[in-house]
Amino acid sequence: MPDMRKIAVTVNGKRYEREVETRYTLADFLRHELRLTGTHVGCEHGVCGACTILVNGHSARSCLMLAVQANGKELTTVEGLANPDGSLNVLQNAFWEKHGLQCGFCTPGMLTTLTEFLRDNPNPTEQEVRIAISGNLCRCTGYQGIVDAALLAAERLREGKVSA
Amino acid sequence: MKPPLFTYHDPRSVPDALKLLASLDNAKVLAGGQSLMPMLNMRLVLPDHVIDINEIAGLSGIEVRGNDLYIGAMTRQRDLEFSPIVREHCPLLHEALTNVGHRQTRNRGTFGGSLCHLDPAAEQPTVAMAMDAVVIAESAKGKREIPIRDFCQGTMTTAIAPDELMIGARLPLWPKGHGFAFVEFSRRHGDFAMAGAAILMTVNTAGKIERASVTLCGVGSGPARLAKAEQALVGSAGGQQVFAAAAQAATEIEAQGDVHASPEYRSHLARVLTERALAIAFNRATVKR
Repeated sequence: MPDMRKIAVTVNGKRYEREVETRYTLADFLRHELRLTGTHVGCEHGVCGACTILVNGHSARSCLMLAVQANGKELTTVEGLANPDGSLNVLQNAFWEKHGLQCGFCTPGMLTTLTEFLRDNPNPTEQEVRIAISGNLCRCTGYQGIVDAALLAAERLREGKVSA
Repeated sequence: MKPPLFTYHDPRSVPDALKLLASLDNAKVLAGGQSLMPMLNMRLVLPDHVIDINEIAGLSGIEVRGNDLYIGAMTRQRDLEFSPIVREHCPLLHEALTNVGHRQTRNRGTFGGSLCHLDPAAEQPTVAMAMDAVVIAESAKGKREIPIRDFCQGTMTTAIAPDELMIGARLPLWPKGHGFAFVEFSRRHGDFAMAGAAILMTVNTAGKIERASVTLCGVGSGPARLAKAEQALVGSAGGQQVFAAAAQAATEIEAQGDVHASPEYRSHLARVLTERALAIAFNRATVKR
């Protein structure tokens, strides 16, 4: 008999109540149960970083949490990053401009990771950016475009021309 | 690749958790989940019960108690990394933490989880070993204190009994102005260390080393103190030759080989990193006195 639990989570500002199997990972819950497939699942053992989301504002690998552990928490996935009108936010725009993605598989994890990082460190060095994304694997870009995008987004956010 | 079937428990107090541990067979404690969850996803571990201790209040905390730094078992690695108390009183731990996984894993991963998992390359048990920490464990029968040398019993094996829960650890503090260094080598920042060295040192006003602690990670089956190196250092005035000679002790640990590094390479790394870390620690101690 599967072990079931009722949970309530807020994802990108929207509340969801579901009954889930307790062994369900949070990544699978988001993708299969809530159909929020922006969160990508790569390695499922915490190495690739593609499934990174924000849990109460802090980045976490959603493949390394059980869905039941998200009960009562506020989650942000890549679907929740864009501006309210659906246009790309500062960081997303910088990725687009600086060729911060090619196939796009690692992008949700890169964006969520960098969202937390730039909030905590608005004026990072290139080295700090590289360490911040050291837990996210990208097989296309060689990271250079991602680092450039993060630095450009940081600069624009500091100038305050546009809000995050 | 999904976790196997298990029954999930989320006790709200330590006594409730201890009751579960005493009554359930084949139970695993889920702390930060940064090691257990991968093992569940890959089905390397097949528990019948998972006891999630994340909802228990009071298992986390960082404070100076007398001459000890007390760290609650569920203290997140990120909270330790940014703790002004840790930075001031236990800079070795701060330096080690910057090498522990990545931001995303430190947000969830816990101090107690790392000690109880006891990966041979893990930084936090290495710091605990370097500082002669005492682990506090509790079962329904009572509390006990386990010196770290007894706590570490081999590769990923601790002295924690199946019905026990780690509550926290006491790390006896070194005097203000002591030298310290945590140096490790991995191919990617945050990956498992192929080898690492943790050093603590005090230097007196005459420039002589009074006390030294030398510990390796990632080389043998777990954190390993190099008593021979420590003896060689105490009473000396430091210097490259002394450090090189002391670091030779690192090659006496039987190094493990795997796809990442051969035993010979690990041994080589251990010696070189120990020598480097000794010089850093000595300089930091000298500068501060």
